[in-house]
Amino acid sequence: MIEVESLSKIYRVADKQPGLGGTLQHFMRRRHRDVCAVSNVSFTIARGEMVGFLGANGAGKTTTLKMLCGLIYPSAGQVVVAGHQPQKRHPDFLRRITLVMGQKQQLLWDLPPMDSLRVNAAVYGISDRDAKRRISELSDLLELGEELTRPVRKLSLGQRMKAELLAALLHQPDVLFLDEPTLGLDVNAQARVRKFLADYNQRTGATVLLTSHYMADITALCPRVLLIHQGNLFHDGPLDRLASRLAPERHVRLELAAPVGAEAFAGLGRLDSCCDCEVNLRVQPDELTAVVAQLLDRFEVRDLEVNDPPIDQLIGELFRQGKV
Amino acid sequence: MRIFGLNRKIIRVLLGTEYAHMLEYRAEIALWALSGVLPFIMLSLWNGSDARDALGMDGVGLDRYFLSAFLVRQFSVVWMIYAFEEDALTGRLSPYLLQPLHPLWRYVASHLGEQLTRLPFAAVITAIFFLIQPNAFWLPSFGHFVLAWLATWMAFSIAFLLQSLIASLCFWSEKASALERLLFIPFLFLSGLLAPLTAFPPFVRTLAQWTPFPYLIDFPARVLAEQPVDLLAGFAIQSAWIVLLLPLVLLFWRAGVRRYSAMGA
Repeated sequence: MIEVESLSKIYRVADKQPGLGGTLQHFMRRRHRDVCAVSNVSFTIARGEMVGFLGANGAGKTTTLKMLCGLIYPSAGQVVVAGHQPQKRHPDFLRRITLVMGQKQQLLWDLPPMDSLRVNAAVYGISDRDAKRRISELSDLLELGEELTRPVRKLSLGQRMKAELLAALLHQPDVLFLDEPTLGLDVNAQARVRKFLADYNQRTGATVLLTSHYMADITALCPRVLLIHQGNLFHDGPLDRLASRLAPERHVRLELAAPVGAEAFAGLGRLDSCCDCEVNLRVQPDELTAVVAQLLDRFEVRDLEVNDPPIDQLIGELFRQGKV
Repeated sequence: MRIFGLNRKIIRVLLGTEYAHMLEYRAEIALWALSGVLPFIMLSLWNGSDARDALGMDGVGLDRYFLSAFLVRQFSVVWMIYAFEEDALTGRLSPYLLQPLHPLWRYVASHLGEQLTRLPFAAVITAIFFLIQPNAFWLPSFGHFVLAWLATWMAFSIAFLLQSLIASLCFWSEKASALERLLFIPFLFLSGLLAPLTAFPPFVRTLAQWTPFPYLIDFPARVLAEQPVDLLAGFAIQSAWIVLLLPLVLLFWRAGVRRYSAMGA
C-alpha cells in the first residue's frame, strides 16, 4: 500500500544572526542554508498494517508524512501510496487518504462540526443518506453526540480532536496518516481515540501510519515501528525487537526482607539503585536465569519482578546520549 | 461533472456553509459595509467643489454614480490575499490541498457568503441615501439591472483573480500582502472610486483603460446608474482580463504548490 524508496527532503532555510547587526546583514545579503530533513529513507507498508513512526522532535517524522500524503514534494526518491504518486495529488488518490495533524484543524472554528461534515460529504461525493449513516456510525464509535451541533470553538480539546477524526474519516480512506492524534488529550481521551483507531483498522482494513510522542499509543496500536533520527531510518521492525536492540538488558526489581549493602550485588548485573529493602538491577538476558537463582539463594526475597525497560525512556535516553 | 472538483451540490453546500459562517461575523461585516462609504465622502467633496462641472455630470448624475460605485464596491470587494496568506502561513491550507476540490473554490465561496451577508446593510445604507437625496432616486430597468449585476460579478472575478495571482506569490515570498498595497494606490485612483474616470486628463484615461482598474468600479457603476457607456467594449475588456488572468493564476498556483512547505502544519 505504501512504498518508499530512497526518499529525501532538503529544505532551504534563511540563516539570520540575532540582534540589529544580524538583521541588517540579513536585509543586505540574505544567507540560506540547506537542511536535510529526511535522508534516503526506504520502507514498505502492506495493506491493513498499523505502523508507528517514532523519533525525537525534528527527526523528520512529520516531513515524511507530508511527503507520503502529497502535501510537499520530495527532493529525491520515489513514493507510491495506494498506487499513486502522492505529489500529483490526483483526485482518486486524495479520496483514498487522509491526514490528521494533532493541533491543526480542518473544522470551521465558528460553526458546529456538522457544517464542516456536510461540506466534506459534498466534496468527497458522498450521498446524503450515506453521509448520515457514516456520521452516525463514526460518532457512536467516537462517543460524539450533541457536540456535533455545538460550535467548534465551544468544544474541549478532546471533543475537537474526535470531531476532527470524524471529519477526516468520513470518506472512508484506505490510508490514514496520523500525526500526533492524541497530543494534548487527557489520559481517558487518549485511550478512547486509541480504541477508536484500533476498531477502525479492524473494521475497514485501513493502513495506518501513526506518529506519537506517547509511547502508549504506539504499544497499544502498532506491532511494527519505524524509528527515524536526524532524517535517517534507524529501525524498521517489531517494537519488542527495537527494545532489545536499544537495550538488551532486563530490569530486575527486588524487595528484600532486610536491608543489604550495595557491595553484596557485585557480579550480579548492573546495580541501578539500592535503597533500604528495594534493589534495582539490570541483567543481560542470557544471564537472567542464573542471576535470579543466585539472588533467591543469597537473599531473603519478599518480591521479585523482571521487566523490559520502558521504551520511551530508552529512546529518550539514547537520543540524549547520541547513541542512535 | 466537476470543474476543478466543483459540482452543483458542492456549490450549494459550500455557499450555505460559508453564508452561515459569515453570519457569525455579521457585526463585523456591518462595520465593513459602513467603512465602504468612501464614495459618499467623495460625492460630498465633488458637490462642494468648483471642479464638478469637469466631470460632465449634473448633480443627480453624480449622486447616482457614487451610490452605484458604493454598491458595486460592496459586492466586488476581495480580501483573498490576506485570507490566503494567513492560511498558508498557519498551515490551514494543508487540509484544503488534500481534498479533491481546488482550494480556490473555498475562497470564492467565502467571498460570496460575505456578499450575501452585506446585502441587508447595503440596502439600509442605500435607503438612507435616498431619504437624504430624494431627487437621486431611481430604479434601473430590469435589463440594466441584469447588465449591472453581470458587470459587477465580472469585476469581482477580475479582482479575485488579480488577488489570487498575488496571493500565489505566498508560495515564494510568504508575505504577499505587501504587494497588495502596491496595487491599492492605482486601484484607488483609476477604478473610479475617488472620481469618475471622466475627471482625469485624456492621457491618464487612455492609460487607465489598458489596466483592469476602470472595469472594477467605473464601468459597472455607470451601467447601474444608467449612464452613457460602451457596453460591448466594457464587457469585452472585462472578459479579456478574465481570460488572461485565469490561466496565469492556475499556472502560478501549480508552480507554487510544488514549493509549498506546509509551514505550521
